[in-house]
Amino acid sequence: MLKYILSRVVMAILVALTVSCISFALVYASGDPAIAIAGENATPADIAHIRHQFGFDRPVPVQYGDWLWKALHGNLGVSHYFNQSVASLIWPRLEVTMTLGLCAIVFALVLAIPMGVIAAMRPNSIVDRLALLIAVMGQAIPSFWLGLLLIVAFSINLGWLPASGTDSWQNFVLPTIVLGYYAAPAIMRLTRAGMLEVLQADYIRTARAKGLSRRKVMFKHALRNAIIPVVSLAAVQMGFMLGGSVVVESVFALHGAGFLAWQSISRNDLPVMQALILIFAMFYIFFTFLADILNAWLDPRLRGR
Amino acid sequence: MTTAVISKPLTPRRVMMRRALRHKGFLMAGTVLALIVLAAIFAPLLAPDDPYEQDLLARLQVPVYLGGSWDHPLGTDSLGRDVLSRLIYGARISILIGLIAACVSAVIGTTLGVLAGYFGGRVDKVVQFLINVRLAMPVVLVGLAVVSLRGGSLWVVTSVLGLLLWDRFAVVLRSATMQVRSMEYVAAAEVLGAPLHRVLFKDILPNVMNHLIVIATLEMAHAIILEAALSFLGLGVRPPTPSWGLMISEGKEMLLFDSWLIATPGLAIFVLVLCINMFGDAIRDITAPEGRN
Repeated sequence: MLKYILSRVVMAILVALTVSCISFALVYASGDPAIAIAGENATPADIAHIRHQFGFDRPVPVQYGDWLWKALHGNLGVSHYFNQSVASLIWPRLEVTMTLGLCAIVFALVLAIPMGVIAAMRPNSIVDRLALLIAVMGQAIPSFWLGLLLIVAFSINLGWLPASGTDSWQNFVLPTIVLGYYAAPAIMRLTRAGMLEVLQADYIRTARAKGLSRRKVMFKHALRNAIIPVVSLAAVQMGFMLGGSVVVESVFALHGAGFLAWQSISRNDLPVMQALILIFAMFYIFFTFLADILNAWLDPRLRGR
Repeated sequence: MTTAVISKPLTPRRVMMRRALRHKGFLMAGTVLALIVLAAIFAPLLAPDDPYEQDLLARLQVPVYLGGSWDHPLGTDSLGRDVLSRLIYGARISILIGLIAACVSAVIGTTLGVLAGYFGGRVDKVVQFLINVRLAMPVVLVGLAVVSLRGGSLWVVTSVLGLLLWDRFAVVLRSATMQVRSMEYVAAAEVLGAPLHRVLFKDILPNVMNHLIVIATLEMAHAIILEAALSFLGLGVRPPTPSWGLMISEGKEMLLFDSWLIATPGLAIFVLVLCINMFGDAIRDITAPEGRN
């Protein structure tokens, strides 16, 4: 187990370093960052001044090393737009995004697991078809459009929930539904497939033969085994959802890290953009790492791989 | 005299054709897709108006289903452009971006996946590392960033999506290739001294083709949704291009009083993506029915 964890840690660190290189290199994809920051009406002297001030006149590997070293110490640079340290901008907003992500994954699990179990209990029944329909629709509906439809229905027509803002728990309801519905289909399908497979197993037949009730067999014996891959999928989905939060937070003007990312990119605020890509990637790496470890812990057969 | 019914031999191709003609999802999704593709190709003939022409005197006319006139069956937007015409031309943008992005990512992902599955060992380690790096990059964020830095042309959007969506191809084709690699006919070809490219292109690739096609449909749908999302966020294709995502973004400004404006383009994205996904699922059922869950 220790060896397995160690190999995963090494992989995670290598991936993190590579991603940091890429997010740093993104700045150079725009050509000269000094010109981008200076704006359209800048004189050559302004540009030269900015180039020196931000350290763009140093060799690229030195700049990268400097940036990474500072980032590791929590110093992510200064936002050009807010003139404020990137870290102090990001942390409070990350709290909003994490809250949204947690609510959404809970919503997705509560929606998808029972649906998957019920669908697997009666394959090809109406309930199964209905669950499949909900899943297929969830994969095809653009999340920003669903968000707007919910705003029209619940904010404009019914007036039950606010359309935008971050002030109260009510602001989180609609974004949670949109983001959770986005994650639910994969969880539902995996639960259903896992249940169908587990229900074929000998120990289920034994349990039934012992005279245990159907419900007890389903939830105590079958679900416990079918849930193992779902747990790690949920962790991976959590990583993906932080990326999905960019779109959802923008629709609802929920002032989280995703909304900040969208605004910073629109404003060409490079340090914030770089830092957020890095942070979102780190979250993904962390959650997939967590998923791997959880998997290996729950299912010892996987450790050998 | 009785006429002898001579049935043609049941080749795998004919078996698949039969399954396809009996598959409801395949027929339904296929028909709708064919209609959308035809509409996209013949857009200049079908569209009642110029999708770019503004008519400020006929702004925000409501569609027929809300009591509007047949001059503009789906109404007009806030600049007086005919929504139906923009919708039909918009199909071109979505399908073009989806197809090209799926092709680019198919080439990248298939190359990596087949090489990893065939050679295993170090090559496999490197490819798995690349897949992990790619998965760690948040697609929407990187897409937004690249478009904002490079400008929102159709080509930038298409290529950034093509370069980002290859992960599933690599993952699936890697394991499919591993399976095919252990088959005896591959070993036979190798023993007979077939050159590497022959083994890869004649023995491996045709036998993982069904996986390739299924993933290609899924990723095409994925690319279409992402293009719409980027355009919706203002960092995809640029106005006045009739992109469906852009149309929703423009309609969002009028959400309070003219919420019907976002209904049409959103429904179009939904139907197109739904049909592509259903089509992909149907191809999987038809080519490998045992793989159904």
